[in-house]
Amino acid sequence: MRLPEGGEIDRTKPLTFTLDGVEYSGFEGDTLASAMIANGVLQVAPSLYRHRPRGIFSAGIEEPNALVQVGPEPSLQATTVRLTDGLVARTLSGVGRLTPDSGQRRYDKRYTHTDVLVIGAGPAGRMAATTAAAGGARVMLVGLSYPSGNVRFRGSPQGIPPADGAAELRVLSGARAFGYYDSNYVLVAHQQTLWHVRARRVILATGAHEQPIVFENNDRPGIMLAGAVRKYITNYAVLPGRKAVVFTTNDSAYATVAALVQSGAEVTVVDSRPNPPDLAPQGVEVISGLITNTDGPERLTAVSTQDRRIECDLLAVSGGWQPAVHLFSQSRGTLRWNGQAFVPDTPAQANHVVGAANGTFDTRAALIEATEAGVEAAAAVGYPVPPPPLPAVREREITPASPVWLVPGDPRNQFVDLQRDATVADIRRAVGAGMRSPEHVKRYTTIGTGTDQGRTSNVPALGVIAAELGVTPGDLGTTTFRAPSVPVSFALMAGRDRGKLHDPIRTTPIHSWHVAHGAEFENVGHWKRPWFYPKPGEDMETAVLRECRAARTGVAMQDASTLGKIEVVGADAGEFLNRMYTNGFKKLPVGSARYGMMCKADGMVFDDGVTMRLADDRYYVTTTTGGAANVLDWFEEWSQTEWPELDVRFTSVTEQWSTIAVVGPQSRAVIGLVAPDLDVSNEAFPFMTFRETTLVNGIPARIARISFSGELAYEVNVSGWYGLAAWNAIHDEGKPYDITPYGTETMHVLRAEKGFPIVGQDTDGTVTPHDLGMSWIVSRQKDFVGKRSLRRPDTARPDRKHLVGLLPVDPAELLPEGAQMVASDAPLTPPVPMEGHVTSSYRSAVLERTFALALIKNGRHRIGETLLAPLGDRVIAATVTEPVFYDKEGARRDG
Amino acid sequence: MLLISCPWCGEREETEFHYGGQAFVAYPADPESLSDEEWAQYVFFRDNPKGAFAERWVHSAGCRRWFNTVRDTVTNEFQS
Amino acid sequence: MSLRRSPLAGYPGITEIPFLTMVNVRVRPTGDAAARISERLGGPLPVVPNSVVDAGSRHILMLGPDEWLVVGPDGDTGLPDLLREPSASVVDVSANRTTIEVRSRDLLEHGCTLDLHPRAFHAGRCAQTMIARTQVILWQTSDEPVYRLLVRGSFATYLADWLSDATGSTSSTG
Ligand SMILES: [Zn+2]
Repeated sequence: MRLPEGGEIDRTKPLTFTLDGVEYSGFEGDTLASAMIANGVLQVAPSLYRHRPRGIFSAGIEEPNALVQVGPEPSLQATTVRLTDGLVARTLSGVGRLTPDSGQRRYDKRYTHTDVLVIGAGPAGRMAATTAAAGGARVMLVGLSYPSGNVRFRGSPQGIPPADGAAELRVLSGARAFGYYDSNYVLVAHQQTLWHVRARRVILATGAHEQPIVFENNDRPGIMLAGAVRKYITNYAVLPGRKAVVFTTNDSAYATVAALVQSGAEVTVVDSRPNPPDLAPQGVEVISGLITNTDGPERLTAVSTQDRRIECDLLAVSGGWQPAVHLFSQSRGTLRWNGQAFVPDTPAQANHVVGAANGTFDTRAALIEATEAGVEAAAAVGYPVPPPPLPAVREREITPASPVWLVPGDPRNQFVDLQRDATVADIRRAVGAGMRSPEHVKRYTTIGTGTDQGRTSNVPALGVIAAELGVTPGDLGTTTFRAPSVPVSFALMAGRDRGKLHDPIRTTPIHSWHVAHGAEFENVGHWKRPWFYPKPGEDMETAVLRECRAARTGVAMQDASTLGKIEVVGADAGEFLNRMYTNGFKKLPVGSARYGMMCKADGMVFDDGVTMRLADDRYYVTTTTGGAANVLDWFEEWSQTEWPELDVRFTSVTEQWSTIAVVGPQSRAVIGLVAPDLDVSNEAFPFMTFRETTLVNGIPARIARISFSGELAYEVNVSGWYGLAAWNAIHDEGKPYDITPYGTETMHVLRAEKGFPIVGQDTDGTVTPHDLGMSWIVSRQKDFVGKRSLRRPDTARPDRKHLVGLLPVDPAELLPEGAQMVASDAPLTPPVPMEGHVTSSYRSAVLERTFALALIKNGRHRIGETLLAPLGDRVIAATVTEPVFYDKEGARRDG
Repeated sequence: MLLISCPWCGEREETEFHYGGQAFVAYPADPESLSDEEWAQYVFFRDNPKGAFAERWVHSAGCRRWFNTVRDTVTNEFQS
Repeated sequence: MSLRRSPLAGYPGITEIPFLTMVNVRVRPTGDAAARISERLGGPLPVVPNSVVDAGSRHILMLGPDEWLVVGPDGDTGLPDLLREPSASVVDVSANRTTIEVRSRDLLEHGCTLDLHPRAFHAGRCAQTMIARTQVILWQTSDEPVYRLLVRGSFATYLADWLSDATGSTSSTG
């Protein structure tokens, strides 16, 4: 019921909303929950497991019952959803359902830095923030709500205006900090934006959560936290019930009593303390005692004390206050039991806890703490301020609280965790099964694991466990607090990193041509590489066979710009590369190129590629497409940390150069046309050399004779600015030869036919150069990283897995890559001894059959043996062969 | 998430760095003279203390410089 | 049609400054080679990390203790040879990156973890860092503010896509 006046709502701005298909109205400034109560809707969806009727229980982030789905977002708390016009919500029982399509909703993230971050916008938080900001420090105040205008406090109507110097005070209202990580890194959810805040100091003014009391049937609609009842009356001008009972263990609920009385409700108080206050003059009966049970068809109609039954439609409960220590605890601060609650003890980061979050419930004392923290933080970040005057706040006298953990009754209906539907009976079962640690009881009963993070159940659960074990909650300690401390959606965490922005896509300067010519693409690292270029009506297999045929019998071209490229410069560049690669580079003549292989210290192959010597002190190193960044890091590491005396420096030039491979018996003719100034004869331009020249269209180029296919082949390198122009020139000049663009699949087939391994496909970090059958590339003369490991007993074993060829007995059968191979006489009942696995497998145009590469135990000594690939529904038999299938003599390289 | 101080660029987010493991593990002067056990110590074995630990980081997304620092593995505080 | 093509040619709504001349210089900062390079540039190589000094139409960005990026205008083709020194690594990287101009701090804060508040970052500062998921050299050229993002050519479209997308959402979350 809406009260005729009061509250912080804007009655000039009515809003309509729909809940479970029924239309209601509220006002600007309402939460969904306050608007529901204004319309008399207190009941929400039934509980998750017991299907018991439940109602709105709180007025904030501790809400266990009133979960709703709003549009695509499940598991929101009606108590924290700001009412907007046209809002459509549905009540949920415990869990929501993710909507795969979040529609037009945009999520985002922001990074920000601040000198001081204040979390919590209650009186203490506001006081701390305005104090800290007064000297000019950058201050961010994050809170659920922040009324505009002066910072006001109860009992201090004039409030405090923010100081003039506070130009850098920024307020995020309607925001929730939910994660506190190392080095004062705090995550804040604010509408659809996830803020990443890095602060030099943090002030935690997160307040406290009122705790319920555990008694029989304490879960009916109409039972609410006392503070929530007061908040609904004072902030939203809604009255949750007309005939109220207030059940309390402490003084704080008497503010609720006053608010209820002022709103015209009939009130009876049940106070657990032997000498409760006398409110007879105000017409309120105060009973010293306990509520033992409740009654009602669904919504509450009456409560019972030990000796009375009181008709009512609202029960406001206060079992005391637990400081909201989630964030402090996440920051690794330690907690201490003070007899009533767990309070912050020792901080582990540069933070301060103030006010109710620190267990300081008196407003005046809280403001003093907040002021001190603000002054301290301002000084610590270099913008000192004098202590500001305290607002005039009444001091209060406090009667000590008398905590009640459990009122005797039927344990099956004494609810400890409303969201998880867990009861005292569940705890007794856990303790009876021998569990003592709250962590174990939590996992057994699921208490505290709901989306409300146990804000109204953790402490009562500890109270019940302690009572069962005859100890205090302080003896038990709390369970671990983890982020997120309030529910946040996956969509919020993903932000805009979705769709094409999910992960970077790298493209070459020639990419637009590939797209225009119908290429299918393959992802290699972040790169999009043409996979094959199907002609109309072609499937992948047909296209790849055609591309392979062109490279073996005519001429074909590939965009190889994705190769990693590093210039290595300095007087000791050759010496450095000698130490990195298994083979030598110091004596490589200027103008020549050499294939090289690198190992990690453990002797396992790490990367490979061709290096050209541009000048005495200058090398141009190429790496695998995926390995470029790792190789550069690797070079820097050894150069900086082990051999700083070597004069050598590295510069990544991957995008500086576009590289086009021109492959096939007709490639010499095409290059002759593309580079008219170049003598392309085998004598003038031999294999593994390069030449600087100018292309037919005037572009400067560096052309190398390098082959990854065994065919006569060239690599044309031009500035990235001219990559597309060079590609077009080669394509144009190659037309008379029907030059055929090819993709990565054809490249893989061609090299596999020659037995050239691909690092990362035929190797996996457990393969040495010897395992690959490439002992010829391992220098005996010089040391290189990983060399000593090749002599380790395990690495030198003769029966390691070797790279070998596999020819399926049926030449039409294609072995799947990754298939495990077993011996032909192996029993096919587990455990089946594995002999190795297929690393590459293709159909070959030139071999007119399928073939594969595989890593097989002792493979080089098993040539001719037949192995089996059991594939569930079928078995493929294949013969072990040498890994070179085509042109074993290497006759085709020079054309 | 750690805030790591690069000696050249100042404080940057952890995501800009790569971890390089224990510091002061020098590449042996003459690997060939080492026994298998000694070489295995160099390649495979590192300390894993609770508390102060001298370790290497590289500012890989920034200036690419390697540096040594001391981190408390319990509190994640850097002490260099 | 021009033979030369920049990574973001024709990309709508993005201010690309294409074809700037860029030369990566790595040299011992205190040696003769560094002195000769400074002399030829007409200004000292900056020694404050992540700072920028201007030398005529060129700008010198300090990237690391022994590393600088010299940025000249389009067509400054003699720059690499001008800086060449026997005991320095001088590498033409003009086509390695392209340059995007951005005039909003707010926009960058959607994907950049650096503190870009004027107290921490201002004209004459540069940084190698990440924007969204790609590395950039971020360089503030004016306190208006105006920033330049030097991004590798292969990542340029991704960054342009990201900036375009972020521009669409800054107005609502600013
Ligand atoms: Zn750095």
